[in-house]
Amino acid sequence: MIEVQNLTKRFDGKEVLKNISATFRKGMTNLIIGQSGSGKTVLLKCIIGLYAIDEGKVIFDERCFGDMSLKEQKNLRKEFGMLFQGGALFDSMTVEENVMFPLTMNTDMTYDEKLERVNFCLKRVDLEGTNKLLPSQLSGGMIKRTAIARAISLNPQYLFCDEPNSGLDPKTTNVIDKLIREITKEYNMTTIINTHDMNSVMEIGDTVAFIYKGELWWTGDNTNILSSDNEELNDFVFATKLTRKLRS
Amino acid sequence: MKFFFHLGQYFLVMQQVFKRPDKFRIFHQQAVKEVQLLGLESLGIVSIISVFMGAVVTIQMAFNIDSPLIPLYTIGFATRQSVVLEFSPTIISLILAGKVGSRIASEIGTMRVTEQIDALEIMGVNTANFLILPKIAAAIFINPILITLSMVLAIFGGWAIGTLTHLVTSHDFIYGIQSFYRSYDIVYAEIKTVVFAFLITSISGYYGYITKGGAQDVGTASTKAVVQSSIFIILFNLILTQLLLND
Repeated sequence: MIEVQNLTKRFDGKEVLKNISATFRKGMTNLIIGQSGSGKTVLLKCIIGLYAIDEGKVIFDERCFGDMSLKEQKNLRKEFGMLFQGGALFDSMTVEENVMFPLTMNTDMTYDEKLERVNFCLKRVDLEGTNKLLPSQLSGGMIKRTAIARAISLNPQYLFCDEPNSGLDPKTTNVIDKLIREITKEYNMTTIINTHDMNSVMEIGDTVAFIYKGELWWTGDNTNILSSDNEELNDFVFATKLTRKLRS
Repeated sequence: MKFFFHLGQYFLVMQQVFKRPDKFRIFHQQAVKEVQLLGLESLGIVSIISVFMGAVVTIQMAFNIDSPLIPLYTIGFATRQSVVLEFSPTIISLILAGKVGSRIASEIGTMRVTEQIDALEIMGVNTANFLILPKIAAAIFINPILITLSMVLAIFGGWAIGTLTHLVTSHDFIYGIQSFYRSYDIVYAEIKTVVFAFLITSISGYYGYITKGGAQDVGTASTKAVVQSSIFIILFNLILTQLLLND
């Protein structure tokens, strides 16, 4: 479980996140939604410690990130898996080397042990046989799946996904959503996903937090999001012609 | 003010760079790869520039020595001194600042804007150390070899043009390059080369590392890396010459 308590973040004196408190549960896909520029990515980067927070706390299963020494923070990060918006694969490395990299840096496994783990992770994301391909030879969906394989290679306790479906077609989006949800359940991870894709919200939104202009505006799940009377949330949810049609 | 901001930030990044690598085996692999990318791939341009530079220096020396009182071997001697003391260590380092510096800044800058550095940080990697230290180590190792090769090729270029155009006889030129030899001149040139190698890689690495934004910012970082590296090479050339050659 990850608890965010009264988190505030400023850039050049301007408050980008204002007093945010939220709980993200274990074994669930916890979604953070909001318009572009609302502060979702900043919130995610504050949670994982890529941005220093100005006020508040982030607690990982009763371990407060801000109270830890640099060494403890580094060790905690070994329990993180992260899927970046563009995949962030190392473009000079093959698929195999990308997935193997966290194992090389953080374990003392032999090459054969690492290869076995890499092949297991690639099989889990349906990318068997792609070991020797370079990221430039992969499609958008394959890049995301390789990034997921890399993220789970160390058996993380926490999985963070920043817009995992951006740039993907609806069918591939479903594949990625399903995969993230299955992995979350399988490894009983705490998964936080940033998205503005309503399809993902309805498919995998075990919990949903709506960020509006840097503030936590609404919390709920995919069963009650469509019936909310929150004006800003409804503006976001029913922004497309399709969702408006479904509503009527 | 901006200069002091960057200077402070540069030292903070260097503080991270000069920490014990997480895995020495990985560091070693990275450094060997960088020797190939930064050093061996520069062999072509260094060789071409050195041969022509040596040739031009020899021609200029020959045309400027028109007094019959000055012996012809002076052409060889002056060519050697110019090449060893200044042309090879400084000019070739300036060329490398352009070639290697822009490569380092754009590589690390692209990694920054595509979130590859964030991905490394999430894995608990000291990114400044992982990305910049192997490049510094590789340049400090390979640049003195490149510069030594440059000296040899430049003197060869001078000898070749001098003898082919009959500006100087082979005997006079060779006698000249052997005259008044001081091994300290080579030491001085290699010290400068090592300092310049550090400046090129650390400054370029720094500008790549602090890149924010997109493709245009990577281009800007790359340009800044080359310009700043070149300025600091010139500045440190003056300082080191004053320190090392002032009896």
